[in-house]
Amino acid sequence: MVGMALPQVAPLESPEIEEAPADDRPWVTIVWDDPVNLMSYVTWVFQKIFGFSKEKAEALMLDVHNKGRAVVSSGARERMEMDANQLHGYGLWATVDRD
Amino acid sequence: MFRRNGSQCVATFAVDEVRVLRKVAGEVVGLLTDGMDHTDPVVSRLFPDIYPDQPDDSAEFRLYTEGDLKTGKIDQAGAILAALPDEGEGEVRLDGEAAEAWLRAINDARLAMGTRLDIGADTDLSDELDAAVLHDPGSSRVFQLSVYAYLGYLQESLLNALPEIE
Repeated sequence: MVGMALPQVAPLESPEIEEAPADDRPWVTIVWDDPVNLMSYVTWVFQKIFGFSKEKAEALMLDVHNKGRAVVSSGARERMEMDANQLHGYGLWATVDRD
Repeated sequence: MFRRNGSQCVATFAVDEVRVLRKVAGEVVGLLTDGMDHTDPVVSRLFPDIYPDQPDDSAEFRLYTEGDLKTGKIDQAGAILAALPDEGEGEVRLDGEAAEAWLRAINDARLAMGTRLDIGADTDLSDELDAAVLHDPGSSRVFQLSVYAYLGYLQESLLNALPEIE
């Protein structure tokens, strides 16, 4: 079998103005390590707020602890702001940023 | 320290413990009600900037959210005061909702104290306490460090006494 050559078709018109691509990086909620919060408490908060299993919440907590910060959720900006605000209610140090 | 009893978390507190818990919960309420000073490191730890590099966005977000956040924290601390015996020693029994409020309020108190005590990632609490005792056993730093350590144990005991999250 051989491949069929596709007919060469020139584009009818090319847009004259290239629009700048929209920044479609998702927003993220970041939790930062801090020296006061207990590891067991942070795990509990992740379970409570995000409904994670204990294993997943623990892994995320260790990520925060070992790397100094971890992304805990991503999506629309407003959602991330809600997540960060909720985390503040529990005393976790959370910020919102672009991925 | 808390233990599990049926669906409740139960602890028996001595007179001194009740006094200390009233004091720290009262201090958190005081901090939150006396017109908060955002240059105070404790306030900025309890109400962190959501966009650390964009002060204007952070301030705008704060405008809409800080009131509720503050009310929540005052209510949490209030849950501690409400559950403690009025005077003297006594038992505290917490259902799930009250236990959660206690956990969050103890955490706020520890954040406030930890910030004031300059607790860092490398701080060894027993070393700090030894050094403070050696310097002056009757100092306020010795008291503050002891309370801070106590609250950590209490919070951990409450976490262990909680029913598993489904």
